[in-house]
Amino acid sequence: MRVDKMDTERKTNFSLAINAPQGLSLEQERIAVEVSGLNLYYGGKRALNSVNMQIPRNRVTAFIGPSGCGKSTLLRCFNRMNDLVDSCNIDGQITLDKENIYAKGVDVAELRRRVGMVFQKPNPFPKSIFENVAYGLRIQGIKKKRLINETVEWALKSAALWDEVKDRLHESALGMSGGQQQRLVIARTIAVKPEILLLDEPASSLDPISTLKIEELIHELKKDFTIVIVTHNMQQAARVSDYTAFMYMGDLIEFGTTDQLFTNPVQKQTEDYITGRYG
Amino acid sequence: MRIGLKQWFASGLPWIWLNGAAVSINVIMVVGVLSLIAVRGLGHFWPAPILEAQVQGQQQTTSLIGSIVDDELVSAEQLRGSGVVLPASQEAAKRLLIKTGNRDVTRADFVWVLEQTLSQITYPQELMTLERREWGNFYGRLVAIKQAGLVIADREKQDDQVIWQLMLKRVERSLSIYDDIQDIEKGAIGEINYGMERLRLQKRGLELKNQLTPALEAALDLERGQLDKRYAGLQQKLIDLYTAFERDSLVAETMSGKQIEINLAKVVRAFRPNAMSGLDKISFYGSKIWEFVSTEPREANTEGGVYPAIFGTVLMVLLMSVMVTPIGVVAAVYLREYARQGLITRIIRIAVNNLAGVPSIVYGVFGLGFFIYFLGGNIDELFFAAAAPAPTFGTPGLLWASLTLALLTVPVVIVATEEGLSRIPRAVREGSLALGATKSETLWRVVLPMASPAIMTGVILAVARAAGEVAPLMLVGVVKLAPSLPLDGNYPYLHLDQKFMHLGFHIYDVGFQSPNVEAARPLVYATAFLLVLVIALLNLSAVAIRNRLREKYKALES
Repeated sequence: MRVDKMDTERKTNFSLAINAPQGLSLEQERIAVEVSGLNLYYGGKRALNSVNMQIPRNRVTAFIGPSGCGKSTLLRCFNRMNDLVDSCNIDGQITLDKENIYAKGVDVAELRRRVGMVFQKPNPFPKSIFENVAYGLRIQGIKKKRLINETVEWALKSAALWDEVKDRLHESALGMSGGQQQRLVIARTIAVKPEILLLDEPASSLDPISTLKIEELIHELKKDFTIVIVTHNMQQAARVSDYTAFMYMGDLIEFGTTDQLFTNPVQKQTEDYITGRYG
Repeated sequence: MRIGLKQWFASGLPWIWLNGAAVSINVIMVVGVLSLIAVRGLGHFWPAPILEAQVQGQQQTTSLIGSIVDDELVSAEQLRGSGVVLPASQEAAKRLLIKTGNRDVTRADFVWVLEQTLSQITYPQELMTLERREWGNFYGRLVAIKQAGLVIADREKQDDQVIWQLMLKRVERSLSIYDDIQDIEKGAIGEINYGMERLRLQKRGLELKNQLTPALEAALDLERGQLDKRYAGLQQKLIDLYTAFERDSLVAETMSGKQIEINLAKVVRAFRPNAMSGLDKISFYGSKIWEFVSTEPREANTEGGVYPAIFGTVLMVLLMSVMVTPIGVVAAVYLREYARQGLITRIIRIAVNNLAGVPSIVYGVFGLGFFIYFLGGNIDELFFAAAAPAPTFGTPGLLWASLTLALLTVPVVIVATEEGLSRIPRAVREGSLALGATKSETLWRVVLPMASPAIMTGVILAVARAAGEVAPLMLVGVVKLAPSLPLDGNYPYLHLDQKFMHLGFHIYDVGFQSPNVEAARPLVYATAFLLVLVIALLNLSAVAIRNRLREKYKALES
């Protein structure tokens, strides 16, 4: 009885609302990032197995998969966040505009400016709202007040936060709600005008309304940025992304348009996962 | 139903009682210590009534004037042993310690008398206390006032109140002249002396470098001549002031009826405690407390105030904090953020922690040997050759004392800072790095500001430890009496090479190095109380700063 009931639930889960434009195909896209033969080890443990993929420009690409499948790890390779983990070793390459970001002599700080990242939990700095957004600009040594003011306003507007905070720009960012904080972090990230925006489960700690706002925001932002989003929420992936990658145990199992992956998966594993048989 | 012993233990109730008891013991001890030193110390400033009584001696009866300071119960046996005749039935007798003052007349200013030998105890209104610049207090009666050796008021001819009021006015006058003299001696003449010394050093310096041309020498001599002229002018002014200062004197009668003459220049304060109303006493008390915290000590530190010691303590602690904070923070940042965590960093951490346990006198010895003799000696050789053979930095002083204490407290700051750094959420660091900040930018702009409350905690602990430290200071810079404050109006204003006074050392000095133990005892308590107060104030201000920082960099809810 019980199994049956769960089954029906899963069936309803499966009725996903796919939002992506129809008729996309990877062949027609301009490629922003290319991953080839990427292996990643934590100590002796292999976390990514020769991953090959191409991230299309100005599209939203979602990584889905069960916990521990390596989707966040892969995401953190794009801005070399994994460098901070001592025991982490990487081979293979990732090219951004035809340049291998793991080549010797790459300026990691510059790379991270070009590849912005938003984390799972909102992590505003204990500074004012304004200073949070201006942080990246100040780091770059920009001193012109007008330029900073304009950029902060633009970023906050782009993050759909301006109207809510314009009267309290100089209050602490820690007084905002979780959803506002996360949009602030997005504003902070886009203020430095990165080419690529990495979102690591950006809505996982937010309530449904805030989640909706973030998803709308992603939709707006893809005009200007190439977005890669990790999510454990399949509906979310279906709602916001144009392309979806399914990962399992460090392998990239399947990568295609969201439409195709959710309605007509090629791999059995993918089908099992999206119909909720495991994960 | 009865609860078994076993269940009672299992209920945890005994532990709660035990914990409660431990806390109460702590509270009682702290409150006890504080109230003991507060009562003993602060009571000293209250104007004690002066009694007059007849003391029944073996042969004759003598009269006694003084105030009761202390009492104790002594066994009769012990008294009999020292030759006192007591009734056979008596087992114990109460003995009073009476401050009789008049050290110039009687040689001792305290006497012990048995309470039962006192008779006809009265508290006459006209008994007065004179606080003097030398020989301690005087107790007795006012007889006459003299001006330039001639009697201008006498109790035979004038009413007592009239003479008393006249004398108070004259005391006020002499005190105001005294202030003027002090201004000239400490201010203007101090400045001239300082200028002279600088000229001398300049000349000697040029001489050593063989650059002393006749023209330069003439210029220096000219400057010197000007200073000499100014000095001569001041000297004349001083002589006039001193003549005016010593114009008046008073004649007073001691308890034995002997009349002595006291120059008003020697009187600091005159009052009649028995004639004081409650309000008078309170205002007198306030002015005594103010005197204690705002004036310089007199009479080998047993009288007067402790202002230079308060000043020295606070200045030394502030300098220590200014030195220890950067050293400690930089070390902690390296250990926590940059050094590879491994055996070596572990050993360094253990060493740092152990450093906190090294007895402070050892730091004193190190400071003396390394800072003063080695560093100071070399600095003198390199930069202050002109002053040789007199040492400048090669002798104990403010800089070395602060540095020694900074060394003593640096482990605390390191440990607290490391603790703070380790508590900064990883997410915030990553947020900064992900925006293209380098590690050091992240450190300076995000991590250190967020760790600042923890750093302040370290500084608070450091201040608490350093302010109460005495032993090492005795080796590296503290003196019994410093002629001038280490901060003044003469360039370079802060004299790091000078020796200074310290409340902690002052307690030791007054209590144990003083020629007049009985007179000094209340000051030991008062100074101890003040030291606790000063440390508490220093700590509280550091805590206030920390709380503000905490409010500003409230940690993210994790």
